[in-house]
Amino acid sequence: MNDVVVTGVGAVTPLGIGATTLHERWAAGICGIEDGEGRCREFVATEHLSVKDARRADRFTQLALVASIEALADAGWGDALPYDAGRIGSIIGTGIGGIGTIELNDRAMFDNGPKSVSPLAVPLMMGNAAAAAVSMRHGLRGPAFGTVSACSSGADAIGTAVRAIRHGDALAVVTGGAEAALTPLSRAAFGALDALSKIGISRPFDARRDGFVMGEGAGVLVLEDGEAARARGARILGVVRGYGATADAHHVTAPHPTGQGAAAAITRALEDAGAAPTEIVYVNAHGTSTPLNDRAETIALKTALGEHAKAIPVSSTKSAIGHLLGAGGAVEAIATILALRAGLIPPTLGWAERDPELDLDYVPDRARPLDLADGQRPIAISNSFGFGGHNAVLCLEAT
Amino acid sequence: MAEHSSEQIEKVITDSLVSFGANADDINREAELTALDIDSLDLAELSQIIEEQFGVELTSGDVAEIATVGDAIDLVAERTAGA
Repeated sequence: MNDVVVTGVGAVTPLGIGATTLHERWAAGICGIEDGEGRCREFVATEHLSVKDARRADRFTQLALVASIEALADAGWGDALPYDAGRIGSIIGTGIGGIGTIELNDRAMFDNGPKSVSPLAVPLMMGNAAAAAVSMRHGLRGPAFGTVSACSSGADAIGTAVRAIRHGDALAVVTGGAEAALTPLSRAAFGALDALSKIGISRPFDARRDGFVMGEGAGVLVLEDGEAARARGARILGVVRGYGATADAHHVTAPHPTGQGAAAAITRALEDAGAAPTEIVYVNAHGTSTPLNDRAETIALKTALGEHAKAIPVSSTKSAIGHLLGAGGAVEAIATILALRAGLIPPTLGWAERDPELDLDYVPDRARPLDLADGQRPIAISNSFGFGGHNAVLCLEAT
Repeated sequence: MAEHSSEQIEKVITDSLVSFGANADDINREAELTALDIDSLDLAELSQIIEEQFGVELTSGDVAEIATVGDAIDLVAERTAGA
C-alpha cells in the first residue's frame, strides 16, 4: 500500500491569509481572537476571487477556494494538473455549511415573501458547496463531496481522502475543511447551548476555561499518492501516516467523561500509522477550552499514550484562533505539519493556571523547540472531536 | 402599469449584469450574454430583479430566447408597454 503524502497546504484563519502566516504568528504568541471571536479580518474575497466566483460562493466556500488556490500553488501544480483530472478528488468538510446564506434568505422571505429568495440560495448554502467549488475552480473530476461530522469534519475529510488514495480511487485529493458561522443565528444557537466562553477568552486546559470562542476559516491540503508524487519530483511536506475515527455513542453534545471513544480513535490512528505511542513527539489537541472537552481529552491521551502522554508537548491551536468548527481539523493538521517541519511547537496561549485534574504539558507561554533524540522521527497526532460524539484523529509525520 | 423608458430598463439590466461580474466596458446592445459570462443562474437572478423593478414576470422560456443585452432590453420594454 502506497503512502499518502502532503505536497501543499493553504489556510485562511483569524491569524491572516496563508498557512505559513498561521504557523509563524501562532508560534510568535499572537492571538487572532478579537472581541471574543476569531474572525478572518484580513480576508476580502474579491482580493482573491473574481466578482463572479465570490458572489457564487457563501463565505465558507470563499475561504475554502482561497485556501485551495494557495495549496495547489504550494504543491507546485501549475497551469496543468499533474495527473489525469479524473484521478484527482475534492473532499472538503464543513460543520454547518452556508448558514450566512440561509439566514439572509430566511430574513428576505420573512420580510418580503418567498419571491425574494435568491436563485443562488441553494447552491450557496448546500454543505457540499465548498467541495464542488474547489472541484470546478481547478477542474478536478475525481471523487468530490463534503464530510459532515461537526467539529471533526475537517479531519474526517482528510482521513477520507487518505482512504480514497490508498484504495486507488484517486492519485491526489484536494482536501480540508471550511467554516464561516460567525452569524447571528449560529452565535445565538451556540450561546443557548451554553458552549461559548462568556468572557470571550479561549484558554484550553487552563483551570479558568469557561467555553469555546467561535472562529472561522479554512484549511486545504493537497494529498498525493506517495509514489506518484515522488515520480513527478514533488516537494513533500509530510505524510499522513494514519487516521482513526470512532463515535462515543454517548451524548449529542457532551464527550464521554472517560474519553473512551477519543482514546480509541487515537489508538486506531496509531495502528493505522504503524506507530507506537512512544513514537509520538507532539499532540495538537482538540483543546476547545470547554470544561468537559479538555478534561475528557486529557484522560483520553493518557489512556491511549500511557505514561508517555506526560512526556510530550500538547498544545491547542484554538488558543490562537478560536474554534473553527468544521475547518478546525484541517487547519490544525496544517499547523501540526508546519510545527513539526519547523521543529517548533507553538504554545497554548493564555494557559497559566493549572487545573489539578489536567496534568499534561500544555506548552504554556511560548513556543518550544522540538527536542528530537537521534534517529527520532517527527510524528504527531492531531485530535478532532465533534458534537454528536464524533472522534477523528490524524497521525502526521513531517519530512 | 407604468411604461418604463428604454433608458431605465437598460440601466437596470446593465447594473445587474455588472453586479453579476460582467465587465461594464463590454456591455452594449449587441453584446452576447455568453460572451459576458452570463449563465442561466444569472438570468434567473435578472428575472427576479426585473419582476421586482418593473412588475414583469419572465418565464424560463422567455429567458431562454435572450441572446444579447439588446434582446433583454427589448423584451422587458415590450412586456412593460404591453402590460
